[in-house]
Amino acid sequence: MQPKLGLKGWLRWFWRQLTSMRTALFLLLMLAIAAIPGSLVPQRSSDPNGVSQYFADNPDLAPVLDKVQAFDVYTSAWFSAIYLLLFISLIGCVIPRTRHHFQALRAKPPTTPARLARLSGFTQRDAPAQTDAGAAITHARTLLKSSGYRVARFDSAGESSVSAERGYLRETGNLIFHGALVGILITVGFGGGYGFSGQRVLVEGQTFVNTLLAYDSFNPGRFFDDTTLDPYTLSLDDFSVAYEQQNLQAYGQPIDFTADVTVTPKGGAADPGVVKVNGPLRTNGTNIYLLGNGYAPTITVTAPDGTVVFSDSVPFLPQDANLTSLGIVKVPDGLAEQLGMIGFFYPTQDKAATGANFSSFPDLEYPMVTFNVYTGDLGLDAGVPTSVYALDTDTLTQKTGGKTGVESIELKPGESAELPGDLGTVSFVDNAPAASAVGDFAQSVPRFASFDIHYDPTQIWLISFSMLVLFGLFTGLLVPRRRMWVKATTRSDGTVHLDYAGLARGDDPGLDAAVTAMADRHLKLLKTHQPVVATPEST
Amino acid sequence: MNFTDPALLNSYSLYALYSAMAVYAIAFIAFAIDLARRSSAVGAIETADLSEADAAYSAGTAGSADGSTLTLKRPVLSRISAHMDNDAALPYGRSSSLRVGVALAVLAWALHLAAAIMRGFAADRVPWANMYEFAMTGTLLIMTVFLIVLTRADLRFLGTFVTGLVLVLLGVAALQFYVEVAPLPPALQSAWLVIHVFVASLATGMFALGFALSTVQLLQFRRESSVSEASAPLAPRSTVRAARRLRFLATLPSSATLENLAYRISIIGFILWTFTLMAGSIWAEQAWGRYWGWDTKEVWTFIIWVIYAGYIHARATRGWRGSRSAWLAIIGFSAVMFNFGIVNVFFKGLHAYSGL
Ligand code: HEM
Repeated sequence: MQPKLGLKGWLRWFWRQLTSMRTALFLLLMLAIAAIPGSLVPQRSSDPNGVSQYFADNPDLAPVLDKVQAFDVYTSAWFSAIYLLLFISLIGCVIPRTRHHFQALRAKPPTTPARLARLSGFTQRDAPAQTDAGAAITHARTLLKSSGYRVARFDSAGESSVSAERGYLRETGNLIFHGALVGILITVGFGGGYGFSGQRVLVEGQTFVNTLLAYDSFNPGRFFDDTTLDPYTLSLDDFSVAYEQQNLQAYGQPIDFTADVTVTPKGGAADPGVVKVNGPLRTNGTNIYLLGNGYAPTITVTAPDGTVVFSDSVPFLPQDANLTSLGIVKVPDGLAEQLGMIGFFYPTQDKAATGANFSSFPDLEYPMVTFNVYTGDLGLDAGVPTSVYALDTDTLTQKTGGKTGVESIELKPGESAELPGDLGTVSFVDNAPAASAVGDFAQSVPRFASFDIHYDPTQIWLISFSMLVLFGLFTGLLVPRRRMWVKATTRSDGTVHLDYAGLARGDDPGLDAAVTAMADRHLKLLKTHQPVVATPEST
Repeated sequence: MNFTDPALLNSYSLYALYSAMAVYAIAFIAFAIDLARRSSAVGAIETADLSEADAAYSAGTAGSADGSTLTLKRPVLSRISAHMDNDAALPYGRSSSLRVGVALAVLAWALHLAAAIMRGFAADRVPWANMYEFAMTGTLLIMTVFLIVLTRADLRFLGTFVTGLVLVLLGVAALQFYVEVAPLPPALQSAWLVIHVFVASLATGMFALGFALSTVQLLQFRRESSVSEASAPLAPRSTVRAARRLRFLATLPSSATLENLAYRISIIGFILWTFTLMAGSIWAEQAWGRYWGWDTKEVWTFIIWVIYAGYIHARATRGWRGSRSAWLAIIGFSAVMFNFGIVNVFFKGLHAYSGL
C-alpha cells in the first residue's frame, strides 16, 4: 500500500515538480514555441493596421484566432501562464540554492581523499632533498591561497595535505544571473505603469507645451499622475533633410534628418537642442524621439467677401519614399457650405504617361498640391471625435476630381484657385523668403516633425539588471569551479613525495593544465627555499 | 587601383568575393576528399577487425596499417580542449588533402576579407548594412571563428561543413541579395549598428560551429552504439554494416568529447547573443523610442535566446545530456538561419534592412 499523501504532501510534491530542472527545461522550450505565433500573425501592440488588414483578408479565420488571443500573443493568458510558471519555478529553484551556497561559502573544503591517483590531472613529484613534508604543505597552502583557493590543512603521522577549493564565483554568478532575470521581469511588468508616452506633430515654427491637452495622443501608465507633467516648452525651429543626389543607385534615399529645437523649462532659460533619428533629446526628465517627418503646406481659404476662413500649415502624411503626401483640410465655418478637401502634395511633381501625378524626388524641386473638393456635412458637430488626418466622405458631395468631370485643383506655391460653386478661393502660400531666386522652391513649404515624448523612470533599473545578467553569465559559465589537493608523504628514507590532483565541479576544460601548473610552481617555490636550509656546507 | 572611386572599389570587392567563393569551393573539395580518405583508412584497418582495432587502440598499442597517412600517436589538442586528448577510436594524422584544404580556406578567407574591406571603403562605412553585406561579413566571421578555433583545437574535420555553409550563404547573398552601394539611411546611422550587428555575426559563427559539432556528435553516438552492439557476440549483420557506414567517424573524437566541445563553443555564442539582444534593445530605444516591442526580428532573437538557454539547461538535466541536448543546439542554429534567411526577407517588421 502506498502511504496517503494528503493535501500538504501533494502540495509539496507539486512544488518539487515545479522547481525541478526538468520542468524548468520544459517551460523554457514551451516559452520558445509559444513566442512563434506572434511572428506569424500581426500583433495589435506593434502592428494594429496589420491586424485590421488580416481581419479584412481572412474574415473567417481572424475571429477564431482572436478568440485564442493570437493577435495579442505576448499579453495572452497562455503566454503569460508559461512565463509566470517559469519564473515561479526559477524563484523556487534559486532560493534553496542561495541558502546552500551561503553554507558552502562558510564551509571548509573537504578532507583530502585517500587515493588521489584516481582524480583528474593526477601528478607526482619528488620534493627537493631535505624538504620537510609539513613545510612543503605550508608552501602549497600559501600558493593555493594566493591563487584564490579556499584552503584547509590536514596533518597526520608522516603525511600532510592541503585541500583547496575555488570558483565559488561560478555559483554566485549563476544565482545573480537568475535573480537579475526576475529583476528584469518585475521592472518590465510594473515599470511601464509609472511612465507615459505621448505623440505630437510640430510644424517648423510651432511650439508645444508639455501638458496633457497639447498632445495629439497620450498614453499614461497605470500609476502615472498627469498633474506631475513638467510644463516645459518645445519649439521646432528648423527641420533639415538631406537626400542622396550623387550616387545614382541610391538617388533620393534620405541620408539625414535633423530637428533643431529649443527647450524652455518653466521659468528657465531657453536651451537649444537637436533631435535626430537615433539621437533622442533627453531633457527635463523626458526623452524626445524623432519618429517621422513630412511637409506641411500652408493653405489659406478665403470667402468670396475676402474674409480668411482658414489659414494653416497642414501636415500631409507621407505615402511613399518620394514623399507623395496626403493631407486633409476641413473648413466648418465661414463659407456658404461646410468644405472638406483631400489634398495630395508632390514635392517634385511629375506626370506619368497615364496623366497621373506622382513625385519623383523627396525634396522640394517642383512642389505642387492638388485638391479634391467636397461640400456638405463634415460631421464635426455630432460630438464624435474625428481624426484630422481623415475625411469621412459619406455625408459629402464631391465637387472636383474623380468622376465629377471637373478637374482637380492644382496649385504651385504662391498660386490660388477658385473653389467650385463660388464658395471662395483656396491658396497655396509660398513661404520662401522674398529674396529666393525664381524657380527655387527649397524653402517654399514648411516641414513638420512628429515627436514621441516618453518618460520611463525604470530604464536605469533595466540597464542595471541587464549588466548583472551579463556579469552572471560570464562568471556562471566561464569561471571554473574546482578542487585541488596537494599531499606530501615522507618516505622511510626521509625524502618527501608529493601528489597533486584536481576535481572539476562543472564544466572545466583547464583543470589538468591547472594541476600541472600548480605542481610546477610548487616545486619551483620549494627549490628557491631549499638552498638556504639544504646547502650550509657550500658557504 | 583607384581607392577613391566607390563604383570601381565595389567591383574589385565583387571580383575578390567571387574569387573567394571559387577558392572555398576547391577547399570544400579538398576537405571532402579528406573525409573519404579517412573512410578508406579506417576500412584498411577494419579489414583486420574493427572491434579489435578499437580495443587495441584503447590499450595504446595499435599497430599502424599505413604509416604515411595514419599516425597512431595521440595528437594532443591544445587550450580550448586542454584535457581532451583526441580520443578518436582510430586517430588519424595529417593527410595532404587536409593540409591543402586548410591552406585554401585561409587563402579564400583572405580574399573574402579583402572583399568586405573594399565594400566598406566603397560605401564609406561598415560593410554590414543590408542583407548582402551582412551575409558577406557574417560568413567572413564564421570563417574567422573557425580558423581561430583551429589554432586551439583540431576541428579540421569540420572543414567540409564550414566551407560548405559559407559557400552556400555567399552564393545566395551574391545571387539573391545583391544590392549596389548605398548610403546609410538615418535609422541605421548609429554606433550600435557596428556593435550590435558585429556581435550578432560573431555569435552566429559560434553557433554554426556548435551546430556542426553537435551534428557530428549525434552521428558519432550512433556509430559508437552500433560498434558496441556489433562487437557483441552474435551481432546481426545489419548492425555490423551500420557500424561501417560513415566510417570516417572512427577518426574523429568520441561523442562525449564532441559534446563538450560543442557546449564550450555554444556558451560563448550564447553570451554574445545575450549581448546582441541587450545592445539591440538599447538601439531600439534610441531609434524607435521603445526598447522592446515584439517586432518579428525581436521575437526571433528572443526565441533563439530561449532555445539556447534550454540547451544549457538540458546539459544540466538528468536524461537530457548527450543526444537530446545536441538536438537543441541543432534546433537553435536552425532558428538562427531561419531568422537570417526567412524572417529578414519574408516577414514584415521594423528591421527592414535587407535593402531588397
Ligand atoms: C527564465 C528562465 C530561465 C532562464 C532564461 C535560465 C537561463 C540559464 C542560463 C543561461 C544558465 C547558464 C548561465 C549560468 O550558469 O550563469 C542557467 C543555468 C542554470 N539554471 Fe537556469 N534559467 C531559467 C530558469 C531556471 C529555473 C526555473 C531553474 C531551476 C529549476 C534553473 C536552474 C539552473 C541551474 C541549476 C543552472 C546551472 C546549470 C549548470 O551548472 O550547467 N534555471 N540558466
